[in-house]
Amino acid sequence: MKYTIKKDPHEDERVQKIIEISGQNIFSCYQCGRCSSGCPMAEFMDVLPNQVFMFLQEGDVDTLLNAKTPWICAACFTCTVRCPVGLDLAAVMEAIRELQLRKNYDYVDPYKVDEREELPPIAMVSNFRKFTP
Amino acid sequence: MGKKVMFYPGCTLKGVAKNLEDSTVESARVLGYDFIELPGWTCCGAVYGLAQDSVKFTIANVRNLIKAQNYGKEIGDNRLIAVCSMCYNNLRRAHIDVMKNKDKLKTLDLFMDEEANYEGNINVLHYLQFLKNDVGFDNIKKMVKKPLKGLKVAPYYGCLLLRPEEISIDDREDPHILEDLLQLLGAEVVDYPLKNECCGSYHTVDKKEIVGERTYKLVSVAKDMGADVIATSCPLCFFNLDKRQEIAKKKHSEFEHMPIVYFTQLMAIAFGLTSQDVLHFDKHYISPEEVLKKWL
Repeated sequence: MKYTIKKDPHEDERVQKIIEISGQNIFSCYQCGRCSSGCPMAEFMDVLPNQVFMFLQEGDVDTLLNAKTPWICAACFTCTVRCPVGLDLAAVMEAIRELQLRKNYDYVDPYKVDEREELPPIAMVSNFRKFTP
Repeated sequence: MGKKVMFYPGCTLKGVAKNLEDSTVESARVLGYDFIELPGWTCCGAVYGLAQDSVKFTIANVRNLIKAQNYGKEIGDNRLIAVCSMCYNNLRRAHIDVMKNKDKLKTLDLFMDEEANYEGNINVLHYLQFLKNDVGFDNIKKMVKKPLKGLKVAPYYGCLLLRPEEISIDDREDPHILEDLLQLLGAEVVDYPLKNECCGSYHTVDKKEIVGERTYKLVSVAKDMGADVIATSCPLCFFNLDKRQEIAKKKHSEFEHMPIVYFTQLMAIAFGLTSQDVLHFDKHYISPEEVLKKWL
């Protein structure tokens, strides 16, 4: 994974937006890696949760907007309750998704979901709330 | 007639998780409580919104809390019991959220001009908390007619009963409440290290393969620990661990199926309620009938 300091994150509008939506001080992360080590979804991610903070601190939002990770996070809060500085990582993942969803982006198309008869309603409600505007 | 207590079933219990609803209501009846469905309840929204600048994920839950507030005054009880982990998590978080952020509550109260304002006195409880603190485990033990002696159960909490910390029904890393209850019913509880790990949740809609992998891991470890069944309280965990075994088996030929049950079904069986009107084994992909036949 390539890291390049793109822009001063304090002057990057999208980083500021992520901070505003999530309510989290992304600069307090010091890369201990506890989030990634306990993440049940980490094996399916392309950018690890701790790396998300590295990219944010380097002002590289593009990498995150193109990453699978925010859409793989299941908001299980394992990292949130374990973070030694008390960062709510699930909220940051949500903010990255929101940046895209608020532009009327559908990550999941409800009309293309199969097994609609079988799936529990809570599965579809939660999925569409996370993955559609 | 037992004591009336408000019960929030949630949408899933009305369909695919009928086995959870009926075993909950009927087991409560044995313990002397009439679970009255909250009049006019609406969907909880399943996941709580994490964006700080939005109130849209809170509104349905506050509406439900206001309905509970109105009906609670009628029956003289402010407890609202949920058994679905998602419903419990949402209602409880909404309550804590608006109590902490009065501005948010004010915005919502202004928006919902036809309803009364939320006064903040509804006590949202998960059925397990209710059983432990309000009914009392000793009283439950007295009602056990068929101890589940010899049944090896892996207790599975999933995420939403334990996280985030403010809504946790027990220690978030090492919970015991479900183990304590199962032991009381006579079951043998196996040590299950993955009891608080995520099942993959709503990814079951669009990323089934990931959930299949999670299920493979969660069920295989339970098997390795010697369990006959996994007991849970969340209809989404139940669906994932039960139905997605199909994908797990396809990908891993050595995988062995294991039935998944709700803890309330085990409680109903231990209380002698073995009718299919309560247990609804037809709602299971992997039938638990074979494993449980000794007690049926």
